[in-house]
Amino acid sequence: MISFKINGKPAEVDVAPNTPLLWVIRDHLRLTGTKYGCGISQCGACTVHLDGAAIRSCVTPVSTVSGKEVITIEGLAETALGKTVQASWQEVDVPQCGYCQSGQIMEATALLREHPHPSDAQISEAMNGHLCRCGTYNRIRSAIQLAAQQQGDAK
Amino acid sequence: MTNMTVQNESRRKFLKESAALTGGLVIGFCLPATGGRAYAAEAQAKPVYPPNAFIRIAPDNSITLIVNKSEMGQGVYTSLPMLIAEELEADWSLIRIAPAPVADVYNHTRFGMQLTGGSSSVTSSWEQMRRVGAMGRILLIRAAAMRWHVAESACHAANSQVIHTKSGKKLSYGELANLAARLPLPDDVPLKDPKDFKLIGKSVKRLDTSVKTNGTAPFGLDVYLPGMLTVLVARSPVFGGKVKRFDASKASKLPGVQGVYQVPTGIAVAATGFWPAKTARDLLEIEWDEGPGAALSTPKLREEYLALARTPGAVARKDGDAGQGLKDAHKVVGAEYDVPYLAHATMEVLNVTVDLKPDQCTIWTGTQAQTMDRNMAAKIAGLKPEQVQIHTMYLGGGFGRRANPRSDFVHEAVEVAKAVGKPVKVVWTREDDMRGGYYRPMWADRIEAGIAKDGKPLAWKHIIVGQSIVADTPFEPMLAKNGIDGTSVEGAATLPYLIPNVQVELHSPKNAVPVQWWRSVGHSHTAFVVETMIDELAHLAGKDPVAYRLDILPATSRYRGALTLAAERAGWGKTQLPAGHAYGVAVHKSFESYVAEIAEVSVENGKARVHRVVAAVDCGTVVNPDGVRQQVEGGIVFGLSAALHGAITLENGRVMQANFDKYQPLRLSEMPQVEVHIVESKEDPTGIGEPGTPPIAPAVANALFALTGKRLRRLPLDQETLA
Repeated sequence: MISFKINGKPAEVDVAPNTPLLWVIRDHLRLTGTKYGCGISQCGACTVHLDGAAIRSCVTPVSTVSGKEVITIEGLAETALGKTVQASWQEVDVPQCGYCQSGQIMEATALLREHPHPSDAQISEAMNGHLCRCGTYNRIRSAIQLAAQQQGDAK
Repeated sequence: MTNMTVQNESRRKFLKESAALTGGLVIGFCLPATGGRAYAAEAQAKPVYPPNAFIRIAPDNSITLIVNKSEMGQGVYTSLPMLIAEELEADWSLIRIAPAPVADVYNHTRFGMQLTGGSSSVTSSWEQMRRVGAMGRILLIRAAAMRWHVAESACHAANSQVIHTKSGKKLSYGELANLAARLPLPDDVPLKDPKDFKLIGKSVKRLDTSVKTNGTAPFGLDVYLPGMLTVLVARSPVFGGKVKRFDASKASKLPGVQGVYQVPTGIAVAATGFWPAKTARDLLEIEWDEGPGAALSTPKLREEYLALARTPGAVARKDGDAGQGLKDAHKVVGAEYDVPYLAHATMEVLNVTVDLKPDQCTIWTGTQAQTMDRNMAAKIAGLKPEQVQIHTMYLGGGFGRRANPRSDFVHEAVEVAKAVGKPVKVVWTREDDMRGGYYRPMWADRIEAGIAKDGKPLAWKHIIVGQSIVADTPFEPMLAKNGIDGTSVEGAATLPYLIPNVQVELHSPKNAVPVQWWRSVGHSHTAFVVETMIDELAHLAGKDPVAYRLDILPATSRYRGALTLAAERAGWGKTQLPAGHAYGVAVHKSFESYVAEIAEVSVENGKARVHRVVAAVDCGTVVNPDGVRQQVEGGIVFGLSAALHGAITLENGRVMQANFDKYQPLRLSEMPQVEVHIVESKEDPTGIGEPGTPPIAPAVANALFALTGKRLRRLPLDQETLA
């Protein structure tokens, strides 16, 4: 049995310890907002927060999250920053097919938590691990800048 | 999920369950059950589309519009509702959307089946959906007039209400829907004068953004049924290979594994979730009969293709005498090109969920081709088509892959469901998806062209070599004529420039690699070949590339508007670019839209770096300007990914790229600034999902020539190191 917290609630699963967190989140906990894209940490679609840091759940064995706190896209709106990022995404109309956007938003939120006013270079570095085949990259950058600005205004 | 499921059910079930969900009586805006008049009219030259198939009005005044095209990122869940809402005079803030089930009434107006592709959703629905909305408005006004005992002409509609113009009294659409639904369809359904449009032409926010930013948008992969097993299939490492023998003893022992089955495409492992299925599949021992596909390798194929390109092919276009023209020319240039197989690599891997019962088959998947998939499922399951229903989920990218003429992924999933005997979700890993074929074909081209003394082109001979994507598919009769697959030569046989002697020829060799349409189809390679060669001719003539194109395009050509606008906005010939930067230009028509792109490029560490792209597009009347910008931005990124990095290659029949480490789409750090400018037009709308893609590869290659003096005729561009 492996126990951890997910979106503020306790979770307990009985799976092989090397099972990637991604498949526990999806197949066992049925939180489907976190996506499978590559399975080898190349695309970022599976990004969640582990104790506040953005991680790739597709290469994170569930055994390593024991006793820790996981936040997925479904739990993101619990924080003011998460809400701001989602609202910015909507304001800029970022998503096209939308499949990669949960991961993009989780990464962007972690970035903004660490760097409330990220430079262009910091945005490029943080978001470079996230693929989008629809080509929404410039809107992602704009939405992050907008969220940074709104977060600043709110203070 | 419940909501999505409900929305996909047949009308009767929809109404029943909606009522259960909302706890009240939902009045569907429906015609009598027979709908006889509306359906009979379908066969006539000018079909009447019953509003009941597309519009549901509830007592709370909410309006659900049924969309018969798949949402794969192109914004069709917003653009088609805009067309209906415009004429319906609906309150846009109360609009909801639901995907259509499979039924004839939802067929594509041109293709005669339910299909999303060919950048045709808005163009083929432009009149249809406006008429649907207008018909709804007429019926609602008629219902109000009856209630008030006044003339219809004394009433008008606005914001989901009918208003008695003189007294100002109002009835909401929700209050009128029940009566309106019982009225006969009007014969005359006039449409608005475009100058009265309130929605069309305005940038409207997408209706699917909220669910795509909070994780609730249901994609195919997100379907979970009670008792469902997750299935991974071990497929042949070589195209066309078959299982000779297999040993599943180790795989079967793994916890969570429920069964291992041989299916026509390979060995299927059914388990309680993805991870046990994947782990067990890795333990299978399979001996394959690889067949002739094992002999395929990219370098050999390229040699064969280039050799074919030096021989005469089937003639796709012949104007004048190209051979004589080349002899008479003042200067002649010849060149050979090759471009690779490309994977669609949609972010969401292929997946299909099937619940197969003795008399019914229910499928949940992201598909672009519902009718073909339903018919294939029926055939495999031994059922009638009407016993199969497909729930179209959000597609995590399509780009053509999810419109498979052989219904490959649905076909396999129904075979798996038959074998397993329980509800199944067949999931492809990224590796399966990327190695699964149905690629954009590999192409080789040879062009010889000559210019006259005045620099204008005199002769053009173009030979194209590559697999036909429609050969041996149901689309062959529609898209291939006289041995020419129109999709192989589009953009080449349609060369727009004024050249007196033109010959375009085609070879369509066959091999075991499955090929398919890939965003912009034939244009994805012909634009590169044609527009880089035109650039060579401009250089040969000593002319500016933009001025040269304008000089040799017909006076009334719509190419000119796009090219001129892009040049203007980029400051072509005026803007002082930073040292080491250069512009390259290309203009191409596809799906009836004209797109010019100007790329600002430099060379960093021997590789192309694209800083900025200025695009101008003439796609006729624009429904949603921001939607057009999204599609052109996306089309450019898709084309640039392929131009810079994209290649699927084969060695001994094996695909050498399995994941995003070896098949690299563009990343954010490589992303150029993109500006999209729209040519004003009153023409009917034309395609927009694909036309942004073709011009970017030639624009970048032409910029690299301007920078380095080197002509790059092979894609991807990153295989060569530039000085």
